[in-house]
Amino acid sequence: MDDVPSIKAFELPLSVKSNEPVNGEYRLLVLAAPHDILKRCRAGQFFHLLCPQAGGETPFLRRPMSIYGFYPEKGELHFLYKVTGAGTRALASLALGDRLNVLGPLGEPFTIADDWQDLVLVARGVGLATLAPLALEANRLGRRLTAICSARHPDYLMSTDYFASLGADVITLTDAEGTSDLDNLEKVIEGLIAAGRADAFYTCGSNRMLRLLQTIGERHGIPGQIALEQQMACGIGMCHCCVRPFNRGDRQVHLRVCREGPVFDMMEAIAW
Amino acid sequence: MVDLSVDISGLKLKNPIMPASGTFSEDLAEVFDLERLGAHVTKTITRGWRDGNPTPRVCEVNGSMLNSIGIPSKGVGAFIEKVVPFYAHYETPLVVSISGNTADEFATLCSEVSVPGVAAIEVNISCPNIEEDGKAFAIRPSSTHDVMRKLRAATDLPLWAKLTPNTGETSEVARAAEEAGADALVVANTILSMAIDINTRRPKLGNLMGGLSGPSLKPIALRMAYQCARATSIPVIGCGGISTVEDVIEYLIAGASAVQVGTATFIHPTIMLSLIDGLEDWLSNQGLSSVKDLIGTVIDGEQDEAVVFMEAAP
Repeated sequence: MDDVPSIKAFELPLSVKSNEPVNGEYRLLVLAAPHDILKRCRAGQFFHLLCPQAGGETPFLRRPMSIYGFYPEKGELHFLYKVTGAGTRALASLALGDRLNVLGPLGEPFTIADDWQDLVLVARGVGLATLAPLALEANRLGRRLTAICSARHPDYLMSTDYFASLGADVITLTDAEGTSDLDNLEKVIEGLIAAGRADAFYTCGSNRMLRLLQTIGERHGIPGQIALEQQMACGIGMCHCCVRPFNRGDRQVHLRVCREGPVFDMMEAIAW
Repeated sequence: MVDLSVDISGLKLKNPIMPASGTFSEDLAEVFDLERLGAHVTKTITRGWRDGNPTPRVCEVNGSMLNSIGIPSKGVGAFIEKVVPFYAHYETPLVVSISGNTADEFATLCSEVSVPGVAAIEVNISCPNIEEDGKAFAIRPSSTHDVMRKLRAATDLPLWAKLTPNTGETSEVARAAEEAGADALVVANTILSMAIDINTRRPKLGNLMGGLSGPSLKPIALRMAYQCARATSIPVIGCGGISTVEDVIEYLIAGASAVQVGTATFIHPTIMLSLIDGLEDWLSNQGLSSVKDLIGTVIDGEQDEAVVFMEAAP
Protein backbone atom coordinates (compact mmCIF):
# COMPACT_ATOMS: atom_id res chain seq x y z
CA MET A 1 0.00 0.00 0.00
CA ASP A 2 1.22 3.47 -0.84
CA ASP A 3 2.20 5.71 2.00
CA VAL A 4 0.76 9.15 2.60
CA PRO A 5 1.98 11.41 -0.23
CA SER A 6 4.58 14.03 0.53
CA ILE A 7 3.85 17.71 0.06
CA LYS A 8 4.43 18.54 -3.59
CA ALA A 9 2.44 21.72 -4.25
CA PHE A 10 2.63 24.98 -2.38
CA GLU A 11 0.26 27.89 -1.95
CA LEU A 12 2.20 31.12 -1.45
CA PRO A 13 2.35 34.77 -2.45
CA LEU A 14 5.22 35.66 -4.80
CA SER A 15 6.41 39.13 -5.58
CA VAL A 16 6.42 40.54 -9.10
CA LYS A 17 9.86 41.32 -10.57
CA SER A 18 8.52 42.49 -13.92
CA ASN A 19 5.42 42.30 -16.08
CA GLU A 20 6.08 43.71 -19.56
CA PRO A 21 4.69 43.24 -23.08
CA VAL A 22 6.92 41.10 -25.30
CA ASN A 23 5.05 41.97 -28.49
CA GLY A 24 1.67 43.31 -29.56
CA GLU A 25 -0.16 40.33 -28.08
CA TYR A 26 1.78 38.73 -25.27
CA ARG A 27 3.19 39.75 -21.91
CA LEU A 28 5.89 38.18 -19.75
CA LEU A 29 5.32 37.99 -16.01
CA VAL A 30 8.44 37.36 -13.91
CA LEU A 31 7.96 36.38 -10.26
CA ALA A 32 10.58 36.03 -7.54
CA ALA A 33 10.23 32.44 -6.29
CA PRO A 34 11.96 30.34 -3.64
CA HIS A 35 14.69 27.99 -4.82
CA ASP A 36 13.06 24.86 -3.39
CA ILE A 37 9.87 25.44 -5.39
CA LEU A 38 11.72 26.22 -8.63
CA LYS A 39 13.77 23.06 -8.17
CA ARG A 40 10.54 21.02 -8.23
CA CYS A 41 9.24 22.54 -11.47
CA ARG A 42 9.24 20.48 -14.67
CA ALA A 43 8.50 21.40 -18.27
CA GLY A 44 4.79 21.07 -18.99
CA GLN A 45 3.62 21.69 -15.43
CA PHE A 46 1.47 24.64 -14.44
CA PHE A 47 0.68 26.96 -11.58
CA HIS A 48 -2.81 27.92 -10.48
CA LEU A 49 -2.86 31.71 -10.15
CA LEU A 50 -5.13 33.72 -7.88
CA CYS A 51 -5.64 36.73 -10.12
CA PRO A 52 -6.08 40.01 -8.24
CA GLN A 53 -9.17 42.19 -8.47
CA ALA A 54 -8.65 44.88 -11.07
CA GLY A 55 -10.77 47.44 -12.88
CA GLY A 56 -13.94 46.44 -11.04
CA GLU A 57 -13.60 42.82 -12.14
CA THR A 58 -13.33 40.07 -9.57
CA PRO A 59 -12.07 36.82 -11.04
CA PHE A 60 -13.33 34.25 -8.50
CA LEU A 61 -11.58 31.02 -9.40
CA ARG A 62 -7.85 30.61 -9.89
CA ARG A 63 -6.49 30.53 -13.43
CA PRO A 64 -4.18 27.72 -14.55
CA MET A 65 -1.09 28.89 -16.44
CA SER A 66 1.69 26.74 -17.82
CA ILE A 67 5.22 27.49 -16.73
CA TYR A 68 7.13 29.43 -19.41
CA GLY A 69 10.44 29.33 -17.59
CA PHE A 70 11.86 28.37 -14.20
CA TYR A 71 15.35 29.39 -13.12
CA PRO A 72 16.41 28.13 -9.68
CA GLU A 73 19.77 29.90 -10.06
CA LYS A 74 18.10 33.30 -10.62
CA GLY A 75 15.14 32.63 -8.31
CA GLU A 76 12.68 33.39 -11.10
CA LEU A 77 9.42 31.88 -12.31
CA HIS A 78 8.17 33.07 -15.73
CA PHE A 79 4.71 33.07 -17.30
CA LEU A 80 3.88 34.16 -20.84
CA TYR A 81 0.27 35.18 -21.36
CA LYS A 82 -2.14 36.89 -23.70
CA VAL A 83 -4.84 39.15 -22.26
CA THR A 84 -8.13 37.45 -23.13
CA GLY A 85 -10.45 37.77 -20.12
CA ALA A 86 -10.97 38.98 -16.57
CA GLY A 87 -8.18 36.81 -15.16
CA THR A 88 -5.48 37.82 -17.62
CA ARG A 89 -6.60 41.48 -17.55
CA ALA A 90 -6.03 41.34 -13.80
CA LEU A 91 -2.62 39.76 -14.32
CA ALA A 92 -1.69 42.56 -16.71
CA SER A 93 -2.38 45.08 -13.92
CA LEU A 94 0.34 43.64 -11.67
CA ALA A 95 3.23 46.04 -11.05
CA LEU A 96 6.74 45.64 -9.69
CA GLY A 97 6.61 44.53 -6.06
CA ASP A 98 2.94 43.46 -6.15
CA ARG A 99 2.16 40.04 -4.73
CA LEU A 100 0.53 37.23 -6.67
CA ASN A 101 -0.74 34.16 -4.80
CA VAL A 102 0.30 31.02 -6.70
CA LEU A 103 -0.39 27.32 -6.18
CA GLY A 104 1.98 24.79 -7.65
CA PRO A 105 3.82 23.31 -9.34
CA LEU A 106 0.94 21.11 -10.49
CA GLY A 107 0.27 18.38 -13.05
CA GLU A 108 2.25 15.79 -14.93
CA PRO A 109 5.22 17.13 -16.93
CA PHE A 110 6.53 16.26 -20.37
CA THR A 111 8.77 13.23 -20.40
CA ILE A 112 11.69 12.52 -22.71
CA ALA A 113 12.30 8.79 -23.11
CA ASP A 114 15.91 7.58 -23.08
CA ASP A 115 15.81 6.58 -26.75
CA TRP A 116 14.29 9.83 -27.99
CA GLN A 117 17.42 11.56 -29.27
CA ASP A 118 15.81 13.86 -31.84
CA LEU A 119 12.85 15.81 -30.59
CA VAL A 120 10.43 17.80 -32.71
CA LEU A 121 8.41 20.54 -31.09
CA VAL A 122 5.44 21.88 -33.05
CA ALA A 123 3.48 24.81 -31.70
CA ARG A 124 1.52 27.85 -32.65
CA GLY A 125 0.89 31.10 -30.82
CA VAL A 126 0.83 30.91 -27.05
CA GLY A 127 1.36 27.15 -27.27
CA LEU A 128 5.01 28.04 -27.59
CA ALA A 129 4.94 29.24 -23.98
CA THR A 130 4.10 25.77 -22.73
CA LEU A 131 6.77 24.12 -24.89
CA ALA A 132 9.56 26.59 -24.13
CA PRO A 133 10.76 24.89 -20.93
CA LEU A 134 10.93 21.60 -22.85
CA ALA A 135 13.72 23.13 -24.94
CA LEU A 136 15.64 23.82 -21.76
CA GLU A 137 15.15 20.24 -20.59
CA ALA A 138 16.20 18.83 -23.99
CA ASN A 139 19.31 21.00 -23.83
CA ARG A 140 20.13 19.77 -20.31
CA LEU A 141 19.79 16.16 -21.48
CA GLY A 142 21.85 16.79 -24.63
CA ARG A 143 19.03 15.90 -27.05
CA ARG A 144 18.71 17.48 -30.47
CA LEU A 145 15.65 19.63 -30.87
CA THR A 146 13.85 21.05 -33.88
CA ALA A 147 11.36 23.77 -32.97
CA ILE A 148 8.67 24.39 -35.57
CA CYS A 149 7.09 27.70 -34.57
CA SER A 150 3.92 28.88 -36.25
CA ALA A 151 2.21 32.27 -35.91
CA ARG A 152 -0.10 34.64 -37.73
CA HIS A 153 2.71 37.09 -38.46
CA PRO A 154 6.52 37.07 -38.00
CA ASP A 155 6.07 39.80 -35.33
CA TYR A 156 4.09 37.36 -33.20
CA LEU A 157 6.64 34.59 -33.33
CA MET A 158 7.85 34.05 -29.83
CA SER A 159 10.69 32.21 -28.21
CA THR A 160 12.51 31.58 -31.49
CA ASP A 161 15.68 33.28 -30.19
CA TYR A 162 15.27 31.39 -26.97
CA PHE A 163 15.02 28.04 -28.78
CA ALA A 164 18.01 28.93 -30.95
CA SER A 165 20.07 29.92 -27.91
CA LEU A 166 19.48 26.43 -26.53
CA GLY A 167 20.89 24.89 -29.70
CA ALA A 168 17.56 24.08 -31.34
CA ASP A 169 17.03 24.21 -35.09
CA VAL A 170 14.24 26.73 -35.50
CA ILE A 171 11.79 26.56 -38.40
CA THR A 172 9.29 29.43 -38.59
CA LEU A 173 5.97 29.26 -40.43
CA THR A 174 3.62 32.23 -40.67
CA ASP A 175 0.23 32.99 -42.16
CA ALA A 176 1.60 36.30 -43.49
CA GLU A 177 4.29 34.48 -45.48
CA GLY A 178 1.88 31.76 -46.55
CA THR A 179 4.01 29.01 -45.00
CA SER A 180 1.85 27.96 -42.05
CA ASP A 181 -0.71 25.83 -43.90
CA LEU A 182 -0.99 22.19 -42.88
CA ASP A 183 0.26 20.87 -46.23
CA ASN A 184 3.49 22.78 -45.84
CA LEU A 185 3.80 21.77 -42.19
CA GLU A 186 3.40 18.15 -43.21
CA LYS A 187 6.16 18.54 -45.82
CA VAL A 188 8.49 20.10 -43.26
CA ILE A 189 7.85 17.29 -40.77
CA GLU A 190 8.19 14.55 -43.40
CA GLY A 191 11.53 16.15 -44.33
CA LEU A 192 12.70 15.86 -40.74
CA ILE A 193 11.58 12.23 -40.55
CA ALA A 194 13.41 11.43 -43.81
CA ALA A 195 16.55 12.99 -42.31
CA GLY A 196 16.21 10.82 -39.19
CA ARG A 197 15.51 13.84 -37.03
CA ALA A 198 12.16 12.90 -35.46
CA ASP A 199 12.04 10.36 -32.62
CA ALA A 200 9.16 12.09 -30.84
CA PHE A 201 6.73 14.99 -31.24
CA TYR A 202 5.70 17.55 -28.66
CA THR A 203 2.78 19.88 -29.25
CA CYS A 204 -0.05 21.79 -27.66
CA GLY A 205 -2.88 24.16 -28.34
CA SER A 206 -3.88 23.48 -31.95
CA ASN A 207 -6.55 21.02 -32.94
CA ARG A 208 -5.44 20.91 -36.58
CA MET A 209 -1.82 20.33 -35.65
CA LEU A 210 -2.85 17.52 -33.31
CA ARG A 211 -4.75 15.75 -36.09
CA LEU A 212 -1.83 16.14 -38.49
CA LEU A 213 0.73 14.89 -35.96
CA GLN A 214 -1.46 11.91 -35.09
CA THR A 215 -1.69 11.01 -38.78
CA ILE A 216 2.06 11.38 -39.31
CA GLY A 217 2.80 9.63 -36.02
CA GLU A 218 0.67 6.66 -36.98
CA ARG A 219 2.18 6.54 -40.48
CA HIS A 220 5.73 6.31 -39.15
CA GLY A 221 5.24 4.86 -35.66
CA ILE A 222 6.51 8.01 -34.00
CA PRO A 223 5.22 8.74 -30.47
CA GLY A 224 4.38 12.12 -29.07
CA GLN A 225 3.04 14.13 -26.18
CA ILE A 226 0.52 16.95 -26.07
CA ALA A 227 -0.19 19.55 -23.41
CA LEU A 228 -3.91 20.29 -23.20
CA GLU A 229 -5.99 23.01 -21.64
CA GLN A 230 -9.35 22.89 -19.94
CA GLN A 231 -11.26 25.20 -17.66
CA MET A 232 -10.35 24.35 -14.07
CA ALA A 233 -11.66 25.02 -10.59
CA CYS A 234 -9.45 23.35 -7.94
CA GLY A 235 -6.42 22.55 -10.14
CA ILE A 236 -5.33 19.62 -7.96
CA GLY A 237 -7.77 16.86 -8.86
CA MET A 238 -10.57 17.19 -6.33
CA CYS A 239 -13.42 18.70 -8.31
CA HIS A 240 -13.37 16.72 -11.60
CA CYS A 241 -14.37 19.78 -13.61
CA CYS A 242 -11.46 19.77 -16.09
CA VAL A 243 -11.98 16.36 -17.68
CA ARG A 244 -11.43 15.63 -21.37
CA PRO A 245 -12.07 12.44 -23.33
CA PHE A 246 -9.17 10.20 -24.44
CA ASN A 247 -8.96 7.00 -26.46
CA ARG A 248 -7.46 4.26 -24.37
CA GLY A 249 -7.45 0.79 -25.88
CA ASP A 250 -10.87 0.24 -27.37
CA ARG A 251 -12.73 2.63 -25.12
CA GLN A 252 -12.99 6.29 -24.31
CA VAL A 253 -12.02 7.52 -20.85
CA HIS A 254 -12.36 10.90 -19.17
CA LEU A 255 -9.19 12.14 -17.55
CA ARG A 256 -8.54 15.24 -15.46
CA VAL A 257 -6.36 17.76 -17.28
CA CYS A 258 -5.05 19.09 -13.94
CA ARG A 259 -4.12 15.71 -12.52
CA GLU A 260 -3.54 13.03 -15.18
CA GLY A 261 -2.37 15.90 -17.44
CA PRO A 262 -1.88 18.56 -18.63
CA VAL A 263 0.59 16.48 -20.66
CA PHE A 264 -0.94 13.44 -22.34
CA ASP A 265 0.00 10.77 -24.87
CA MET A 266 -0.54 12.49 -28.23
CA MET A 267 -2.03 9.38 -29.81
CA GLU A 268 -4.68 9.07 -27.06
CA ALA A 269 -5.79 12.70 -27.30
CA ILE A 270 -9.05 13.43 -29.09
CA ALA A 271 -9.29 16.50 -31.32
CA TRP A 272 -11.97 18.91 -30.21
CA MET B 1 -5.46 25.97 25.53
CA VAL B 2 -8.86 26.07 23.89
CA ASP B 3 -10.73 22.81 23.52
CA LEU B 4 -11.79 22.65 19.87
CA SER B 5 -13.23 19.15 20.02
CA VAL B 6 -16.88 18.53 19.27
CA ASP B 7 -19.16 15.54 19.52
CA ILE B 8 -21.40 14.58 16.60
CA SER B 9 -23.80 12.06 18.13
CA GLY B 10 -21.00 10.07 19.71
CA LEU B 11 -18.39 10.62 17.02
CA LYS B 12 -15.68 12.80 18.54
CA LEU B 13 -13.91 15.26 16.23
CA LYS B 14 -10.71 17.00 17.35
CA ASN B 15 -11.95 20.23 15.79
CA PRO B 16 -15.15 21.31 14.05
CA ILE B 17 -13.57 21.99 10.62
CA MET B 18 -13.97 19.44 7.86
CA PRO B 19 -14.18 19.51 4.06
CA ALA B 20 -17.46 19.53 2.18
CA SER B 21 -18.03 16.54 -0.07
CA GLY B 22 -16.86 17.10 -3.63
CA THR B 23 -14.22 19.63 -2.70
CA PHE B 24 -11.78 17.21 -1.10
CA SER B 25 -9.81 14.13 -2.08
CA GLU B 26 -6.57 12.27 -1.44
CA ASP B 27 -4.97 14.76 -3.83
CA LEU B 28 -5.09 17.46 -1.17
CA ALA B 29 -2.56 15.43 0.87
CA GLU B 30 0.04 16.83 -1.53
CA VAL B 31 -0.70 20.34 -0.25
CA PHE B 32 -0.96 19.91 3.54
CA ASP B 33 -1.14 17.32 6.33
CA LEU B 34 -4.72 16.05 6.28
CA GLU B 35 -4.37 14.83 9.87
CA ARG B 36 -5.10 18.36 11.06
CA LEU B 37 -8.73 18.26 9.92
CA GLY B 38 -11.68 17.41 12.15
CA ALA B 39 -12.90 14.79 9.68
CA HIS B 40 -12.31 13.63 6.11
CA VAL B 41 -15.38 13.68 3.87
CA THR B 42 -15.12 11.94 0.51
CA LYS B 43 -16.62 12.99 -2.77
CA THR B 44 -20.01 11.32 -3.24
CA ILE B 45 -19.82 7.84 -4.70
CA THR B 46 -22.52 5.79 -6.37
CA ARG B 47 -22.71 1.98 -6.51
CA GLY B 48 -21.85 1.73 -10.14
CA TRP B 49 -19.57 3.62 -12.48
CA ARG B 50 -20.75 7.08 -13.53
CA ASP B 51 -19.17 9.30 -16.14
CA GLY B 52 -20.43 12.66 -14.89
CA ASN B 53 -21.90 15.57 -16.83
CA PRO B 54 -20.76 17.22 -20.08
CA THR B 55 -18.25 20.08 -19.85
CA PRO B 56 -18.11 22.95 -19.00
CA ARG B 57 -18.76 21.64 -15.53
CA VAL B 58 -18.12 24.86 -13.64
CA CYS B 59 -18.48 28.56 -14.24
CA GLU B 60 -17.89 31.55 -12.06
CA VAL B 61 -20.47 34.13 -11.18
CA ASN B 62 -19.80 37.29 -9.24
CA GLY B 63 -17.98 36.16 -6.10
CA SER B 64 -19.18 32.55 -6.31
CA MET B 65 -19.39 29.60 -8.67
CA LEU B 66 -21.81 27.16 -10.25
CA ASN B 67 -20.99 23.51 -10.77
CA SER B 68 -22.58 20.62 -12.52
CA ILE B 69 -20.00 17.88 -12.15
CA GLY B 70 -22.57 15.09 -12.14
CA ILE B 71 -21.02 12.75 -9.55
CA PRO B 72 -18.49 10.87 -11.67
CA SER B 73 -17.83 7.70 -9.69
CA LYS B 74 -15.63 4.64 -10.10
CA GLY B 75 -18.14 2.64 -8.09
CA VAL B 76 -18.14 1.04 -4.68
CA GLY B 77 -15.58 -1.70 -5.44
CA ALA B 78 -12.84 0.72 -6.43
CA PHE B 79 -13.73 2.91 -3.48
CA ILE B 80 -13.34 0.17 -0.89
CA GLU B 81 -10.20 -1.15 -2.54
CA LYS B 82 -8.38 2.16 -3.06
CA VAL B 83 -9.89 5.05 -1.13
CA VAL B 84 -10.71 3.57 2.27
CA PRO B 85 -7.15 2.15 2.71
CA PHE B 86 -5.66 5.53 1.86
CA TYR B 87 -7.46 7.20 4.75
CA ALA B 88 -6.42 4.39 7.12
CA HIS B 89 -3.11 6.28 7.33
CA TYR B 90 -4.89 8.92 9.39
CA GLU B 91 -6.53 8.91 12.81
CA THR B 92 -9.00 11.55 11.57
CA PRO B 93 -12.45 9.96 11.14
CA LEU B 94 -13.44 9.09 7.58
CA VAL B 95 -16.93 10.11 6.49
CA VAL B 96 -18.08 8.52 3.26
CA SER B 97 -20.56 10.41 1.11
CA ILE B 98 -22.92 8.23 -0.93
CA SER B 99 -25.84 8.68 -3.26
CA GLY B 100 -28.29 6.54 -5.20
CA ASN B 101 -31.01 6.93 -7.77
CA THR B 102 -33.53 4.88 -5.83
CA ALA B 103 -34.01 4.37 -2.10
CA ASP B 104 -33.24 0.64 -2.38
CA GLU B 105 -30.07 1.14 -4.40
CA PHE B 106 -29.04 3.84 -1.94
CA ALA B 107 -29.58 1.49 1.00
CA THR B 108 -27.60 -1.31 -0.65
CA LEU B 109 -24.67 1.04 -1.13
CA CYS B 110 -25.03 2.23 2.47
CA SER B 111 -24.62 -1.33 3.64
CA GLU B 112 -21.70 -1.96 1.27
CA VAL B 113 -19.68 1.01 2.55
CA SER B 114 -20.23 0.10 6.20
CA VAL B 115 -16.74 -1.33 6.47
CA PRO B 116 -13.91 -0.97 9.00
CA GLY B 117 -12.18 2.37 8.51
CA VAL B 118 -15.41 4.25 7.84
CA ALA B 119 -16.55 6.30 10.84
CA ALA B 120 -19.79 7.75 9.48
CA ILE B 121 -21.83 7.85 6.30
CA GLU B 122 -23.00 11.12 4.82
CA VAL B 123 -26.04 10.42 2.69
CA ASN B 124 -26.31 12.87 -0.16
CA ILE B 125 -30.08 12.94 -0.45
CA SER B 126 -29.89 16.41 -1.91
CA CYS B 127 -27.64 16.48 -4.94
CA PRO B 128 -29.39 18.68 -7.49
CA ASN B 129 -27.82 17.00 -10.50
CA ILE B 130 -28.37 13.32 -10.05
CA GLU B 131 -32.03 13.24 -10.92
CA GLU B 132 -33.82 15.17 -13.58
CA ASP B 133 -34.73 18.80 -12.95
CA GLY B 134 -32.75 18.76 -9.72
CA LYS B 135 -35.31 16.59 -7.96
CA ALA B 136 -33.86 14.98 -4.88
CA PHE B 137 -35.11 12.99 -1.90
CA ALA B 138 -34.58 15.91 0.49
CA ILE B 139 -36.94 18.23 -1.35
CA ARG B 140 -39.96 16.71 0.43
CA PRO B 141 -40.42 15.38 4.00
CA SER B 142 -42.14 12.17 2.78
CA SER B 143 -39.38 11.11 0.35
CA THR B 144 -36.77 12.10 2.95
CA HIS B 145 -38.44 9.88 5.54
CA ASP B 146 -38.77 6.95 3.15
CA VAL B 147 -35.14 6.94 2.04
CA MET B 148 -33.74 7.63 5.52
CA ARG B 149 -35.72 4.74 6.99
CA LYS B 150 -34.16 2.35 4.47
CA LEU B 151 -30.70 3.81 4.99
CA ARG B 152 -31.08 3.53 8.76
CA ALA B 153 -31.92 -0.15 8.43
CA ALA B 154 -28.87 -0.69 6.22
CA THR B 155 -26.12 0.37 8.63
CA ASP B 156 -25.13 0.71 12.27
CA LEU B 157 -22.72 3.54 11.47
CA PRO B 158 -23.67 7.16 12.20
CA LEU B 159 -25.81 8.56 9.37
CA TRP B 160 -25.46 12.19 8.38
CA ALA B 161 -28.24 13.42 6.09
CA LYS B 162 -27.16 16.15 3.69
CA LEU B 163 -30.10 18.44 3.08
CA THR B 164 -30.88 20.70 0.15
CA PRO B 165 -31.74 24.38 -0.08
CA ASN B 166 -34.00 23.47 -3.01
CA THR B 167 -36.97 22.99 -0.73
CA GLY B 168 -39.69 25.10 0.81
CA GLU B 169 -39.96 22.72 3.75
CA THR B 170 -36.62 22.95 5.51
CA SER B 171 -37.75 22.26 9.06
CA GLU B 172 -40.20 19.53 8.01
CA VAL B 173 -37.50 17.76 5.99
CA ALA B 174 -35.08 18.08 8.92
CA ARG B 175 -37.62 16.55 11.31
CA ALA B 176 -38.41 13.77 8.84
CA ALA B 177 -34.72 12.87 8.65
CA GLU B 178 -34.43 12.91 12.44
CA GLU B 179 -37.53 10.77 12.92
CA ALA B 180 -36.26 8.24 10.39
CA GLY B 181 -33.03 7.82 12.30
CA ALA B 182 -30.48 10.39 11.05
CA ASP B 183 -27.70 11.01 13.59
CA ALA B 184 -26.81 14.44 12.20
CA LEU B 185 -27.82 16.88 9.48
CA VAL B 186 -25.43 18.49 7.01
CA VAL B 187 -26.98 21.81 6.04
CA ALA B 188 -26.76 22.28 3.13
CA ASN B 189 -25.90 21.29 -0.41
CA THR B 190 -25.76 23.76 -3.32
CA ILE B 191 -28.80 25.62 -4.65
CA LEU B 192 -29.97 25.08 -8.22
CA SER B 193 -28.82 27.95 -10.40
CA MET B 194 -28.10 29.06 -13.94
CA ALA B 195 -25.83 31.38 -15.91
CA ILE B 196 -25.96 32.33 -19.60
CA ASP B 197 -23.21 33.73 -21.82
CA ILE B 198 -24.85 36.79 -23.37
CA ASN B 199 -22.59 36.70 -26.44
CA THR B 200 -23.21 33.09 -27.41
CA ARG B 201 -26.63 32.93 -25.69
CA ARG B 202 -25.66 29.49 -24.44
CA PRO B 203 -25.92 28.40 -20.81
CA LYS B 204 -22.47 28.53 -19.23
CA LEU B 205 -22.75 24.96 -17.91
CA GLY B 206 -22.82 21.92 -20.19
CA ASN B 207 -25.69 20.57 -18.11
CA LEU B 208 -27.64 23.87 -18.44
CA MET B 209 -28.06 24.29 -14.68
CA GLY B 210 -25.94 23.58 -11.65
CA GLY B 211 -25.39 24.23 -7.99
CA LEU B 212 -24.40 27.62 -6.61
CA SER B 213 -21.66 27.57 -4.00
CA GLY B 214 -19.36 30.12 -2.46
CA PRO B 215 -19.94 33.24 -0.36
CA SER B 216 -23.29 34.11 -1.96
CA LEU B 217 -24.80 30.85 -0.70
CA LYS B 218 -23.85 31.53 2.92
CA PRO B 219 -26.83 33.55 4.19
CA ILE B 220 -29.21 30.93 2.77
CA ALA B 221 -27.40 27.94 4.24
CA LEU B 222 -26.88 29.75 7.52
CA ARG B 223 -30.62 30.42 7.79
CA MET B 224 -31.28 26.74 7.13
CA ALA B 225 -28.66 25.58 9.65
CA TYR B 226 -30.33 27.79 12.26
CA GLN B 227 -33.79 26.43 11.41
CA CYS B 228 -32.60 22.82 11.46
CA ALA B 229 -30.87 23.30 14.81
CA ARG B 230 -34.11 24.75 16.19
CA ALA B 231 -36.32 22.11 14.58
CA THR B 232 -34.41 19.00 15.72
CA SER B 233 -32.33 17.75 18.60
CA ILE B 234 -29.60 16.12 16.52
CA PRO B 235 -26.32 17.90 15.67
CA VAL B 236 -26.25 20.17 12.65
CA ILE B 237 -23.13 20.49 10.52
CA GLY B 238 -23.17 23.85 8.75
CA CYS B 239 -22.13 23.96 5.12
CA GLY B 240 -22.37 26.73 2.57
CA GLY B 241 -20.15 29.61 1.59
CA ILE B 242 -17.71 29.47 4.49
CA SER B 243 -14.51 31.30 3.61
CA THR B 244 -13.52 33.20 6.75
CA VAL B 245 -13.24 32.40 10.45
CA GLU B 246 -16.11 34.82 11.03
CA ASP B 247 -18.28 32.62 8.82
CA VAL B 248 -17.37 29.59 10.95
CA ILE B 249 -18.21 31.45 14.15
CA GLU B 250 -21.52 32.62 12.71
CA TYR B 251 -22.59 29.05 11.89
CA LEU B 252 -21.59 27.83 15.35
CA ILE B 253 -23.55 30.63 17.02
CA ALA B 254 -26.54 29.75 14.80
CA GLY B 255 -26.46 26.25 16.24
CA ALA B 256 -24.11 24.22 14.07
CA SER B 257 -21.87 21.82 16.01
CA ALA B 258 -19.30 21.69 13.20
CA VAL B 259 -18.85 23.08 9.71
CA GLN B 260 -17.85 21.94 6.27
CA VAL B 261 -15.69 24.06 4.00
CA GLY B 262 -15.99 23.58 0.26
CA THR B 263 -15.54 26.12 -2.50
CA ALA B 264 -13.11 28.20 -0.42
CA THR B 265 -10.61 25.31 -0.67
CA PHE B 266 -10.57 25.78 -4.46
CA ILE B 267 -9.45 29.38 -3.96
CA HIS B 268 -7.11 28.74 -1.00
CA PRO B 269 -6.27 25.04 -0.71
CA THR B 270 -4.89 25.52 2.83
CA ILE B 271 -7.84 27.58 4.10
CA MET B 272 -9.14 24.89 6.47
CA LEU B 273 -5.89 25.12 8.44
CA SER B 274 -6.26 28.92 8.70
CA LEU B 275 -9.84 28.46 9.90
CA ILE B 276 -8.81 26.00 12.64
CA ASP B 277 -6.06 28.35 13.85
CA GLY B 278 -8.29 31.40 13.51
CA LEU B 279 -11.12 29.78 15.47
CA GLU B 280 -8.77 28.85 18.30
CA ASP B 281 -7.42 32.42 18.44
CA TRP B 282 -10.89 33.95 18.40
CA LEU B 283 -12.21 31.70 21.18
CA SER B 284 -9.11 32.40 23.22
CA ASN B 285 -9.54 36.16 22.77
CA GLN B 286 -13.17 35.80 23.85
CA GLY B 287 -12.06 34.00 27.00
CA LEU B 288 -13.86 30.81 25.97
CA SER B 289 -12.17 27.55 26.93
CA SER B 290 -14.25 25.31 24.66
CA VAL B 291 -15.83 25.71 21.27
CA LYS B 292 -18.87 23.95 22.72
CA ASP B 293 -19.57 27.09 24.74
CA LEU B 294 -20.22 28.94 21.49
CA ILE B 295 -22.53 26.48 19.77
CA GLY B 296 -26.15 27.61 19.55
CA THR B 297 -25.63 30.82 21.52
CA VAL B 298 -27.59 32.99 19.10
CA ILE B 299 -29.73 35.53 20.97
CA ASP B 300 -33.01 35.27 19.11
CA GLY B 301 -35.42 36.17 21.88
CA GLU B 302 -38.92 34.83 22.21
CA GLN B 303 -39.99 34.31 18.63
CA ASP B 304 -43.08 32.57 17.33
CA GLU B 305 -42.42 29.28 15.57
CA ALA B 306 -43.86 30.90 12.46
CA VAL B 307 -41.02 33.39 12.54
CA VAL B 308 -38.26 30.89 13.35
CA PHE B 309 -39.32 28.51 10.62
CA MET B 310 -40.39 31.01 7.95
CA GLU B 311 -39.80 29.94 4.37
CA ALA B 312 -40.36 33.28 2.66
CA ALA B 313 -38.82 36.68 3.27
CA PRO B 314 -41.11 38.78 5.43
